[in-house]
Amino acid sequence: MLKYDIVIIGGGPAGLAAAIEAKKNGIDSILVIERDRELGGILQQCIHNGFGLHIFKEELTGPEYAEKFIEELENIGIEYKLDTMVLDVTDDKIVNAINTKDGVLTIKSKAVIFAMGCRERTRGAINIAGSRPSGVYNAGMAQRLINMEGVMVGKKVMILGSGDIGLIMARRLTLEGAEVIGVLSRDNFAAGLMRNVVQCLEDYNIPLMLRQTISKINGKDRVESVVVVNLDENKKPISGSETVYECDTLLLSVGLIPENELSRNAGIKIDRATKGPIVNESMETNVNGIFACGNVVHVHDLVDYVTEESRRAGKSAAGFVKGELNNNESFIETKPSKGINYIVPHKIRVENLEKSLELFMRVRGVYKNSKLVVKLNDKIIKELKKRHMTPSEMEKIVINKSLLSEQKDAVLTVEVVKEA
Amino acid sequence: MEKKEMVCIVCPVGCRLEVFEDDKSKSGYIVKNAACPRGEIYAVKELKNPTRVVTSTVKIKNGLLNRLPVKTDGTISKDKIFECMEIINSIEVDAPIKVGHIIVENVLGEGVNIIATRSMALAEKE
Ligand SMILES: Cc1cc2nc3c(=O)[nH]c(=O)nc-3n(C[C@H](O)[C@H](O)[C@H](O)COP(=O)(O)OP(=O)(O)OC[C@H]3O[C@@H](n4cnc5c(N)ncnc54)[C@H](O)[C@@H]3O)c2cc1C
Ligand code: SF4
Repeated sequence: MLKYDIVIIGGGPAGLAAAIEAKKNGIDSILVIERDRELGGILQQCIHNGFGLHIFKEELTGPEYAEKFIEELENIGIEYKLDTMVLDVTDDKIVNAINTKDGVLTIKSKAVIFAMGCRERTRGAINIAGSRPSGVYNAGMAQRLINMEGVMVGKKVMILGSGDIGLIMARRLTLEGAEVIGVLSRDNFAAGLMRNVVQCLEDYNIPLMLRQTISKINGKDRVESVVVVNLDENKKPISGSETVYECDTLLLSVGLIPENELSRNAGIKIDRATKGPIVNESMETNVNGIFACGNVVHVHDLVDYVTEESRRAGKSAAGFVKGELNNNESFIETKPSKGINYIVPHKIRVENLEKSLELFMRVRGVYKNSKLVVKLNDKIIKELKKRHMTPSEMEKIVINKSLLSEQKDAVLTVEVVKEA
Repeated sequence: MEKKEMVCIVCPVGCRLEVFEDDKSKSGYIVKNAACPRGEIYAVKELKNPTRVVTSTVKIKNGLLNRLPVKTDGTISKDKIFECMEIINSIEVDAPIKVGHIIVENVLGEGVNIIATRSMALAEKE
């Protein structure tokens, strides 16, 4: 059996940042396990720019951002295994993995960091009638095929879902010579960032088709057409509003969910709102010594926040191995209140905080001229004015440690309040 | 006089700007509804000389992957994007390549280069 102090599962930006930070905090026996042929995670296929504005103060593409961390990881000599898939992690931190070179690997670790990222929702998760011809792709899959394999997915394309990946792929396909008929959104606004609506759709005159969805896919071997239907205010299809669009390809960009099969098997509690592990201020799950960070915890739209959060996980895991992490039973619980969908972290042990606490959250709807109000046991400890908030952009609140005191059953809430 | 509507994308507030041509103002335009000065700068630039960074891929031989990601290392005129893509699509490079390597110098005569956005090692021989 192999033995390490810290095993990190996933070599995307989360796993890389966690590994580097653990090493910087005095741990030498570290192994990163990645199932893909190289490190970098999803960033390697995100060739557009817009990464790293917070951390590097410049706009990088996904691969450039990844390479900075991969280089550092290699320079400081952290071990990693590629083409290796983790099959199972037990609650006493035995990691079972497999690859073609070593066969089955059993690794005993003092601490484990989950950094498996997220996966795309599939068509199975959304119901569309019709046959299952070829030419239907998840948007992220299409992105990988075009940007890494050099395989073009189609000539005439409809895109279902107006999240950032759908918008970015609309531009990418257009640049590569395909005709994009439109991007469909169930709502009366796009799910992705305004910046992407302007620079990916409007720049190329690609229609954003609001309040519409696909009711049927036609085609025997290959997609031949799709039936688009209008939705009413309650998002119910309006009968008689069907329009048929000829196309050979349909891209689905209908959302991401944290990849948590391993977590569930290890007995880790999952938050129903984030679909990721419940974590504390140190990014530790309910299983002592198992940490989680990045998209496996909650889906991020800014990789900079992934890096920040993962550094904290790496540092805390190092602290855990060295026996320096306080495991006090009393903690503050965070609870999303009016207008807030979720808050990460879920539990706060104040003595493990350095100077301040960082709370990440998403709001439920679009709010203009409002404020975020933070209360500890019903007493306001912080207010933050916000001109504009939307569910597609994660909010971050920094709270000074001195404002937090741990009492038994303490509860910290955040709510949205409209300004008069 | 013609009114042009546009959304400012400089920050997430997304002000809905109204822009009017105006010979008397210094920029040649009057920008309404901008909640801060950056909105006006953005609107005038977008109308006078819109530019973009282009990101794409080029073919690569003997590399770990079939495609090498590239970008323009500055912005180019928006109306030259497809011209830029034609050049990008005509190129094939050989592995290995280092990130930042110049693939095409001074691509459209605008002083901007096309550079590699990652390093690519030689593919391992089976
Ligand atoms: C299409 C797309 C576009 C984006 N655009 C932007 C943008 O413009 N700007 C920005 O700042 N952010 C953007 N993001 C967000 C940002 O890239 C992600 O939040 C970030 O990459 C998440 O990092 P991660 O390490 O948590 O996950 P990932 O990058 O997904 O890495 C997870 C890694 O774990 C590996 N793994 C999973 N399971 C196992 C297993 N069982 N065994 C071994 N390895 C495993 C995977 O192979 C993968 O390499 C985008 C995200 C996506 C998906
Ligand atoms: S005008 Fe100012 S406040 Fe409004 S979107 Fe632009 S940068 Fe933001």
